[in-house]
Amino acid sequence: MAEPSTGRIEMVGVSKAFPGVRALDHVDFAVAAGEVHALLGENGAGKSTLIKIMTGALRRDEGEIRLDGRTVEIASPGEARALGIGAVYQEVNLVPTMSVTKNLTLGRQPRRFGLISWREARERARERLKRLNIDIDVERPLGSYSVAVQQLVAIARALEEDTRVLVLDEPTASLDANETQLLFSVVRDLKSRGLAIVFITHFIDQVYEIADRISVLRNGRLVGVAAREDLPPLRLISLMLGRELERTEERLVTSALPPEGPTVLAAEGVGRRRTLAPFDLTLRQGEVVGLAGLLGSGRTEIAKLIFGAIRPDSGRVELAGEPLTAPSPRKSLRRGMAFCPEDRKAEGLLGELSVRENIVLALQTKRGWLRRLSQAEQEKLAEEMIEALGIATPDADKPVGQLSGGNQQKVLLARALVSNPRVLILDEPTRGIDVGAHAEIVSLIRKLSQQGLALLVASSELDELVAVSDRIAVLRDRRKIGEIAGTDITRAAIIDTIAGART
Amino acid sequence: MKVESPASPNGRLRAIARHRAVWPLVALALIFAVDGVISPGFFHIRIVEGRLFGNLIDILYRATPTAIVALGMAIVIGTKGIDLSVGSIIAIIGAVITWRIHAGDPHFVILLIALGTGLLCGLWNGFLVAVLDIQPIIATLILMVSGRGIGLMINLLYGGTNPSFQSELLQGLSVGHISLIPTRLVLGAAIFAALWLLIRRTALGLFLEAVGGNSAAADLAGVDARLVKYAAYLICGLCAAWAGVILAADTHTSDPVSVGLYIELDAILAVVIGGGSLSGGRIYLGMTVLGALVIQALTTSILTSGLPPEYNLVVKAFVVIVVLLLQSNNLRTALYASFSGRKR
Repeated sequence: MAEPSTGRIEMVGVSKAFPGVRALDHVDFAVAAGEVHALLGENGAGKSTLIKIMTGALRRDEGEIRLDGRTVEIASPGEARALGIGAVYQEVNLVPTMSVTKNLTLGRQPRRFGLISWREARERARERLKRLNIDIDVERPLGSYSVAVQQLVAIARALEEDTRVLVLDEPTASLDANETQLLFSVVRDLKSRGLAIVFITHFIDQVYEIADRISVLRNGRLVGVAAREDLPPLRLISLMLGRELERTEERLVTSALPPEGPTVLAAEGVGRRRTLAPFDLTLRQGEVVGLAGLLGSGRTEIAKLIFGAIRPDSGRVELAGEPLTAPSPRKSLRRGMAFCPEDRKAEGLLGELSVRENIVLALQTKRGWLRRLSQAEQEKLAEEMIEALGIATPDADKPVGQLSGGNQQKVLLARALVSNPRVLILDEPTRGIDVGAHAEIVSLIRKLSQQGLALLVASSELDELVAVSDRIAVLRDRRKIGEIAGTDITRAAIIDTIAGART
Repeated sequence: MKVESPASPNGRLRAIARHRAVWPLVALALIFAVDGVISPGFFHIRIVEGRLFGNLIDILYRATPTAIVALGMAIVIGTKGIDLSVGSIIAIIGAVITWRIHAGDPHFVILLIALGTGLLCGLWNGFLVAVLDIQPIIATLILMVSGRGIGLMINLLYGGTNPSFQSELLQGLSVGHISLIPTRLVLGAAIFAALWLLIRRTALGLFLEAVGGNSAAADLAGVDARLVKYAAYLICGLCAAWAGVILAADTHTSDPVSVGLYIELDAILAVVIGGGSLSGGRIYLGMTVLGALVIQALTTSILTSGLPPEYNLVVKAFVVIVVLLLQSNNLRTALYASFSGRKR
């Protein structure tokens, strides 16, 4: 395919800074008419910021935007729409309880004598869907249709007669393979009609299936742009994760061979439709197994499936040789598993309750409500943990919501440790915490494994995984694709595995 | 802003001002101060017919049913729920008591039946909220709306409109007295103590607050949210049943239409005045009782001050707004800011 000389939309030298962060640093991004352009990058790479500037949700600090060669100012989402730039965001901004018609005409209902003309609204809704070759009953509530159809309705809503640029932000995130194909056929059709399509996704396979060109952002900079044929997966993933050493790649694991301890956890064929393909995984006593993969590859899901926070619909988990039937967090905890979730605020902490109450919660649920830990026992446990993990708090009765991110993470760790687990599952244990606390938590993980604990650590930071893991399970596109063990564990090996260069 | 150490006098003052008990106590003190000015004999307590009499005792006496209901409400609100049906539960309890007395059951058994009926109501609410996952305000609205009708239907079972009854045991619990002290105060104190032990001396309180504060986090920490919510509605139903026993015995009659009318609102108000938040996560039993006392003190004061009783509700609303404003963090921050700004 010939390189288009001018793009339909061109962003030249666009920068954007937020307090304390440079979100975009002189980024060039261009999409030609009739092109599907994949925009890739890990968390915090700047994808969302770029898209928001393109669609008028944010103002750029520097740079220029050209639409069909003409310089334009996009000051608001309304102006973006008027210029023919439509967007479908990740969180579908539709109302599932309202009819398809209402969803498609909300905010621009046709009026007749000052009242809404529903007949005309229905007509317009059908027209919009026809552009995508969809024929559904527009009177039914949107929520009664599959996620794929809802996604198509969202596209239909974004698509005007004169739309020139369409942004699709992770449209396939919750679709299964067939539904994705349905969506792709619509995307191909739109492409053949000359639309410039920006496609954001975490699924590498889909990039190679649908995209004509690929741009990769990392830390607010454009690190690569190439035609699909010229960018093999290995190169793409290296670009996304950064092959150069940004931090010292120091392994804390001293022994070359993985620990030979007894198997404490064995998952066989555990999976759930739309969430994660069935996988096998074992965990030995004193072993740290890392979960590596790109954003959205299924790291969190694997952790939650094993803990029972997401109910698997296939396979089985064995803990110390005994199967875990009808898994739930409660059961897993009683049997000796503990889990620290990634989203501390939403899933981890009880912000109003004190540090002490947060720390003893899991142990208390294990003991049951009648065998309450006395005030003295609670204080002792809390003080021990505050001491052992170096939690910076004036006293154990401070509400945990008032602590810093690193200290909140330590409180969560403390809660898990106090419950005296055999298996500890950590999801992004160092997300959003400062450098000092980061190093402490990494060395703590090693220390715990030396004490015989089996740990499963999901992380987006390869250095961290390389540093602590005895073995690494690699995920891609919601599938476990391989394992790396012992001295083979390097950044490069992980990237190679994700890229499919080796399995 | 400069942070003052709690040891400095100003800092200690602020620490006191931040304590959650301060504003309801200030409100109570203000109400009593106004009473003292208007009717000099307000605080006089005397002994008549072997029992204590006086306005202060009267406030405690009348606040007891509301306070008992409010305690159950505080626990439900702690789980981010609400129970609008408590007034209707009281109506049902009154009807059940009268019905069984007419049927000739032993009165001790009737007391147990009444409490069991309260538990049954709690079981129903808990089923809707915890098992069917219906929003608490809607789920308990069902019993709130139907409960008084159920009471009237129970009255019809033996064909009476507002039938009355006599019961030494039940009336003893309600309007009787143990030496100088009204029995219902002793009963209220016992219920308070039992609830306090249940909430603070088992881990149930921690679980209730965990579920109310962040149910996703509680779930991942192994708390059985369904069971815990169920427990809250059962406790609330039982509290309402005790209030129902007191109120039914007080009026000697089953009057489902008007007994305990709007008591759910006073109970919610008591919880809120006591610093409880409808967004859940914290249970303050003692503060809730204080809240109920503020409400009753206000009502009694208006009645004794010679103001026409018609003013009652409006004055009550005004005082409640003032107490809530004093508790508002936003307003307090704004007041502090403008105060220290003027000083500078």
